[in-house]
Amino acid sequence: MPPNHTGSSRLKTNTTPLVRLENVTKRYGATVAVSNVDFACHSREIHAVLGENGAGKSTLMKLLSGVIQPTEGKLYIDETPVVLSSPRKAIDLGLICMFQELSLVPDLSVKENLLLGGKGSAYGFSRQTDRQLARTLLDQIDGHNIKLSTRVSELSLAERQQVEIAKALSRKPRLLILDEATSALNASVVEKVFELIRVQRDSGTGILFISHRFHEIEAIADKISVFRNGAHIDTFANGEHDYPAIINKMVGQTLTELFPSLPPLSAAAKTVLNIDSLSWNSIVNDISLTVREGEILGLGGLDGQGQSSVMQALFGLLKGTTGQVAINGTGDLPTSPKSAKSLQTGLAWVPEDRKAEGLILDQSIVENMELAALGHASNPDSTVFSDLMQALDLKYRSLDQPVSDLSGGNQQKVALIKWLVISPKCLLLSDPTRGIDVKTKTQIYGLLKTLSESGMAVILLSSDYEELIHLCHKVHIFYDGTVVESLSGESLNAQNIIAASLNMHQSAAPAHA
Amino acid sequence: MSNTATARFYSAEFFEAAFPYVATVLMILGASTFFPEFLSANYLLQQMQIAAFLGVIALGATIVILLGHIDLSVPWVLGGAAIISTAMAGSDNAILIALAVPAALAFGALVGVVNGIGVAWFRIPSMVWTLAVNSMLLGVAVLNTGGFNPKGEASPLMVTMASGKIAQIPMAFVIWMALALILFVFLKRGGYGRYLSSIGFNEKATYLSGVSTLRVIFSAFMIAGACSALGGVLLAGYANQAYQSMGDPYLMPTIAAVVIGGTSILGGKGTLAGTIGGVAFITLLSSILSVMQISEAWRNIIFGCIIITMLLLQTLRRKRV
Amino acid sequence: MLDLYKHHRRECIAFIVLFALLSLYIATHPRGASTYVMTIWANQCLILALAAMAQFFVVLVRGIDLSVGAIMALSNCVASYVLVGSGIDLFYGSIAVVLTGTLCGALNGLIVVYGRIQPIIVTLATGSVFIGIALLLRPTPGGTINYDFADAMTLDIAGIPTAVIICAVLLIGFWIPLRRSGLGRAFYAIGSSEQAAFQSGISVNTVRIFAFAMGGTFAGLAGSYFSYVTATGDAGIAANFTLNSIAAVVLGGVALSGGVGSLVGALLGACILKTISSLMFFSGLPPLAQPLIEGVVLAGAIAIGSSEVLRMKNRLQVFDR
Repeated sequence: MPPNHTGSSRLKTNTTPLVRLENVTKRYGATVAVSNVDFACHSREIHAVLGENGAGKSTLMKLLSGVIQPTEGKLYIDETPVVLSSPRKAIDLGLICMFQELSLVPDLSVKENLLLGGKGSAYGFSRQTDRQLARTLLDQIDGHNIKLSTRVSELSLAERQQVEIAKALSRKPRLLILDEATSALNASVVEKVFELIRVQRDSGTGILFISHRFHEIEAIADKISVFRNGAHIDTFANGEHDYPAIINKMVGQTLTELFPSLPPLSAAAKTVLNIDSLSWNSIVNDISLTVREGEILGLGGLDGQGQSSVMQALFGLLKGTTGQVAINGTGDLPTSPKSAKSLQTGLAWVPEDRKAEGLILDQSIVENMELAALGHASNPDSTVFSDLMQALDLKYRSLDQPVSDLSGGNQQKVALIKWLVISPKCLLLSDPTRGIDVKTKTQIYGLLKTLSESGMAVILLSSDYEELIHLCHKVHIFYDGTVVESLSGESLNAQNIIAASLNMHQSAAPAHA
Repeated sequence: MSNTATARFYSAEFFEAAFPYVATVLMILGASTFFPEFLSANYLLQQMQIAAFLGVIALGATIVILLGHIDLSVPWVLGGAAIISTAMAGSDNAILIALAVPAALAFGALVGVVNGIGVAWFRIPSMVWTLAVNSMLLGVAVLNTGGFNPKGEASPLMVTMASGKIAQIPMAFVIWMALALILFVFLKRGGYGRYLSSIGFNEKATYLSGVSTLRVIFSAFMIAGACSALGGVLLAGYANQAYQSMGDPYLMPTIAAVVIGGTSILGGKGTLAGTIGGVAFITLLSSILSVMQISEAWRNIIFGCIIITMLLLQTLRRKRV
Repeated sequence: MLDLYKHHRRECIAFIVLFALLSLYIATHPRGASTYVMTIWANQCLILALAAMAQFFVVLVRGIDLSVGAIMALSNCVASYVLVGSGIDLFYGSIAVVLTGTLCGALNGLIVVYGRIQPIIVTLATGSVFIGIALLLRPTPGGTINYDFADAMTLDIAGIPTAVIICAVLLIGFWIPLRRSGLGRAFYAIGSSEQAAFQSGISVNTVRIFAFAMGGTFAGLAGSYFSYVTATGDAGIAANFTLNSIAAVVLGGVALSGGVGSLVGALLGACILKTISSLMFFSGLPPLAQPLIEGVVLAGAIAIGSSEVLRMKNRLQVFDR
């Protein structure tokens, strides 16, 4: 898509900013989320914010939407100092945010959610006009088949994002903040949303836009700001810098080898895990796969095609599976995580959701690291723990501090150490680097290489095809519960992964990423 | 690896647990300025005995609350255990008399299993299920005793347990402390206490860490049931009989004692030591109010107000940390 | 129509169950489907229903109110003083009684929100305070209510029990408009996802206090209706109603975790409980066995309601309830 330069391609240094942060710092105990940030957005402008995970973008949005308040520094709206003590205050001042974690209430209907917290709706009744507006907005972004009476809990993620966008727009914002607003939407819906956003901009609204998809930012932004490690690095007009230069600003160093080279598989490697015709509940249909010692097997495909269910089946979470299974000599799927982690079966699973499933945030680093090992036959002693902490370069203040204090990357390291201390024979990883900064990703990739060299088998479920390509010996692409394609060596490339994910036959022409 | 014991000693947990002890001491000192008898050895020893009855129940309740659950079947497990033990002790059969106490404890553990079935298997909120179990036990008791005071008497063992003394120290208190020690060791060894806390904070993550959460939940309710039963045995030994609704006055003070002792009602955080302090506080508070001959109405009001004050103080303390 | 069923599945099931039970009751009652029988039934149901509605508002915002019974007792005792005389006195008196409930509820809400203490323990303590005040007012049951007024509230109008009319007015004139209003949405939002509600600009603290105050108001209404039915003030009724109100809301499909359920469900749950009691009474089953059967039926109903858990094919799903 061609970049958008209409009418606002140069930095506006001479107009009053709509919202301005002055020397703002936000601390959570000892952790600094953002430090000494000077930042401004103007009306009639689409301002994109780029930065990798942990850079401070979400903190910035939360400060601007009144969810949190700065530890130091001031906020100005129209150059008047203001304290956004609550989201209510921010909404009343016209700062409307569409949150990444969504602000929809699952047990209420779409209509009720759209009316939630709107102007004048505190104790009064909804009017016909409100409902018309909601319906119109939804229709404009292709939400025709979202009925207003449906419970939000019944909607898909994409539909929820559409409702969230309609909700934000219906509040008549002065500054519209979109935090990963389009991550689940398909291209045509995204284009319609962008149309609406451009209309908003042209009628005077300021737009603040966070996204990871660079092509989206390229398509819509007038101005781009880069954040790194909690600091505001730079702001420039769209088109002023090219892609590699921007990446450089985001990461702070030239992108050297992210991925280590994979050790080849030895021919003598024994089979660790073998499943044959595994089926479950029509979600997993006739899956067969094998993993050997030292092998890193990738599971790819779009979300929800059965690959995560296979992981769950292996870890003993599914009832009513059929098929042949052989794991380290045992002939059945484990019936619980407890039996899965036993010395005999030797499995370990690091789930995707580290905050709710992989770790217990209220407990300390020590308590989390020891939880799987307590009472386990492998009985690791303290050197096993300290060696791993060193190998992964775990950054902490005290082992007794709660895990919630740590950054996302360090939290994931704790989640990994927890399972590695029991020396599993096969490690199951679900999207281990989702939401993690680049430096930690590199460390985790290095760890995987070491594990592979030491003979551990790894099954890596990933939605990042770069990971699949560079880290895996073989990749199975899932579609509709079956493996539609198995790729390795030469055939393991981006085109084939994407094509197989969409269940298209391999074609010669390269697809756009 | 876990050299955190030393670190813990001076940590927030220590202060949480110490809080009720400090409050108790202050309360006794304060009350003694009006009535010096409150500081007499006689009175204090008697309070130690009375506190033990609530104390053993509260220890079991702490374990369930650490899990993030609650056991509202205390009243009729207590009552049922009292009825069973006095009925057996009041019979002429020597074997039955000897088995009176073990049978009552087994009854408590059995109810714990029933509680566990509803909570761990059927995933019914513990508040609702244990309430229903309590109703069923009430029903069984009514059917059994016909609504009259149950016939039977305490066995000599039960009387000794409740009212005996070892070198001036009440036997009941010794039993309470012994139970506390046993539970303390049990929680420390083999990670059981860790499992309780982890489940209390996040059951799903604990399950996914390969912990047998079912086993922990069942055993916790069984322990609580046995503890409530022990309370019933002691009370029956003290009163030399079981009487109607003897368990009802014990439910609310148990919960209050646990919470004042610093255990979070949501689960995850808490100590047995804190509960002991909470029991001491509640027992002495009730006793002081009754010795000062405060009317039932005012006792209720003061009791409620003081609990709220203690909780507000806890909140203030946590905010400052 | 199908949508209505889908979104209110639990209430529909409760309604069918109630219908079946009520039919059985009328069939087995010696006096059959007469206004007299229906009025007595409706009166009994309404008292518990109002208590259940009180509990509903608190549970909706993810709390629990253990002081419902106590507020009822207090309002009942206040009523025994102010609902005498006639005319305008009665009007002001009624308002005073209900207002007592509102104030108690608001107090609960204020302590929960600003004291940052869990509702279960706050209401435990405040319940004690309210009972104490009730005992101050009526150390022993006594006092009177203006009989004509009481009769007007508890007999019938043109053959339809007044209790039923009151219910209808509450549902149509109060609940449906509330459910459609911003406040109603806010209640559900806070219970369902406090974070989402907060981010949408809802003043979580204020709405929560409101919910508790609303609960107190209905408890006050329950207490005042109790006075119309019994025409005396009694401080001892509390515990029974509190626990039954929890059972009632659960039976009516209200989730203890908040955000799910409706006032209708609370009403239906209460009626089911009362009808089972009444059925027992006239069923010819041995009176001594009735409490047990009631308990077993309650436990069974709750277990059946949760039985879908056993059929879940993904073991992780049980943690999401």
